[in-house]
Amino acid sequence: MSILVLAEHDGQKIKISTLQAIGAAKQMGSPVHLLIVGNQIREVVADAQSLENVDKVLVAEASRFNHLLAEDVAPLVAMIATDYQALVAAHTSFARDVLPRTAALLDVAMISDVLEIHSPKTFSRPIYAGNLVAMVQSEESIQVLTIRGNRFSPVNNSDSHIAVIEAIDIPDLPINTIWISEDKQASDRPALSTAKVVVSGGRSLGSKEQFESTLGPLAANLGAAIGATRAAVDSGYASNESQVGQTGTQVAPDLYIALGISGSIQHTAGMKDSKVIVAVNLDPDALIFQVADYGLVADLFDVVPQLNNALAKN
Amino acid sequence: MKILVPIKRVVDYNVQVRPTDDGRQVELAGVKMSPNPFDENALEEALRLKEAGLATEIVAVTFGNSMNQDVLRHALAMGVDRAILVDVDKQPDSLGVAKLLKAIVKRETPQLVLMGKQAIDYDAGQTPQMLAGLLGWPQGTFVSKVEFKGEQVEVTREIDGGTETLKLQLPVVISVDLRLNSPRFVKLPNLMMAKKKPIETLSASELVPNCESKLKTLGISYPPSRKPAQMLTSVDELIGKLKNEAGVL
Repeated sequence: MSILVLAEHDGQKIKISTLQAIGAAKQMGSPVHLLIVGNQIREVVADAQSLENVDKVLVAEASRFNHLLAEDVAPLVAMIATDYQALVAAHTSFARDVLPRTAALLDVAMISDVLEIHSPKTFSRPIYAGNLVAMVQSEESIQVLTIRGNRFSPVNNSDSHIAVIEAIDIPDLPINTIWISEDKQASDRPALSTAKVVVSGGRSLGSKEQFESTLGPLAANLGAAIGATRAAVDSGYASNESQVGQTGTQVAPDLYIALGISGSIQHTAGMKDSKVIVAVNLDPDALIFQVADYGLVADLFDVVPQLNNALAKN
Repeated sequence: MKILVPIKRVVDYNVQVRPTDDGRQVELAGVKMSPNPFDENALEEALRLKEAGLATEIVAVTFGNSMNQDVLRHALAMGVDRAILVDVDKQPDSLGVAKLLKAIVKRETPQLVLMGKQAIDYDAGQTPQMLAGLLGWPQGTFVSKVEFKGEQVEVTREIDGGTETLKLQLPVVISVDLRLNSPRFVKLPNLMMAKKKPIETLSASELVPNCESKLKTLGISYPPSRKPAQMLTSVDELIGKLKNEAGVL
């Protein structure tokens, strides 16, 4: 049997999180089919066709899929998934919305946020905000999984590979939930979830203006995304989208710089997979130093200008 | 409008959890338990809808044994009208809870099920979507704003990189994010009064005959730990380390 991966795309290309999900599916040792749902997705399909390890691209194209709603997508995916041993997607807000609904329609339990695949039926996943890891074995007929993208290597496009394309008949979709609007932060900075470098600040930045004027130039120097703690977001210093943590975005950049962040378990759950972590805090006992690679007990307002100077010299 | 609010009893968010000695489960003996924080936001929103004259009755429900009465007492003290304890031998998985909730929905016929987006113990975040799927109802997940307009409700959802607004037709399942509101403080006299209020008890096996999970937990462990930080004394030293040792600059 094969594995079905539910794709996410921006209307042109397949998202990196989906490439990682395909990488995870590959580990389960079966052929991988990719399902693309959307409207006017010719470019996306062309991009998907040359992806390594994708044997078949299933295309569900309809004007009602201009905006993807769980009420529409879940019955479609459930209809197709019965032919597969597993249904896999990246643990994004889209899949977290759609896949549990799909699993219920299939009458199977689901495993969220898989960190590791031990066998086609045994998985590790984080519990208690990543403070513990549970190894779970499933006896379901279909494995429905969302996977933690950055734990798996993405697949690449290959010039020599062309997957088969198959168009999907759209079932009757009776629920009329209406999409009204979307509000996404437009920014020159890289996206937080995929940035190679992240600089993050906490409540000690003091104000929205100081947050931006302190972290902005450093982020520009490093080509970094800006992250924030929940407290900084709640205080209005940073936008909701920049929250790193259990209830925000999970990041795993090559370099994470935590400035004036104490290191609550909620925050560290969202960033401790980063390759190199730098922490700057006035309090030598701050919990952040327990997860950091390099620590500096200092005032961030002294450190950031020095960092900017040093980086400018490079 | 009647609102159903499911509440999970979980390890308090301030507690540092650990595996049992045999590594099979999470140690719960002697550990402080609390209502799931996201569910408290759902409760708060339900109460505000009632105070605004939009809701007529709020029913809280939880799944567990008699120990779980405390989270229902907490809900009663916050101001819900009724509380139901569904007696289960073993905590069902998300699908099992969704099936039990569907049975409660059939019995109580609420127009709105308002619940936390995830429980902070198992962090699965599946039950609201599963319930909506089983009922064939619209779903609003990770919601940070709720606005009723007659038989419809507009919800603002937290999505990757921003927010999204949807219009849903009642009846509906809504799963809420922490940003939705700040739950009210429960006053001691209210807590004392809530102790006297009746809690209805139902048997899970009578609601749904078979909720056995097909998921088995083989073991619980700590994630790999990181080495303690190298403490540095200057920015120059830090730059040097990042360049020469870590190779990230």
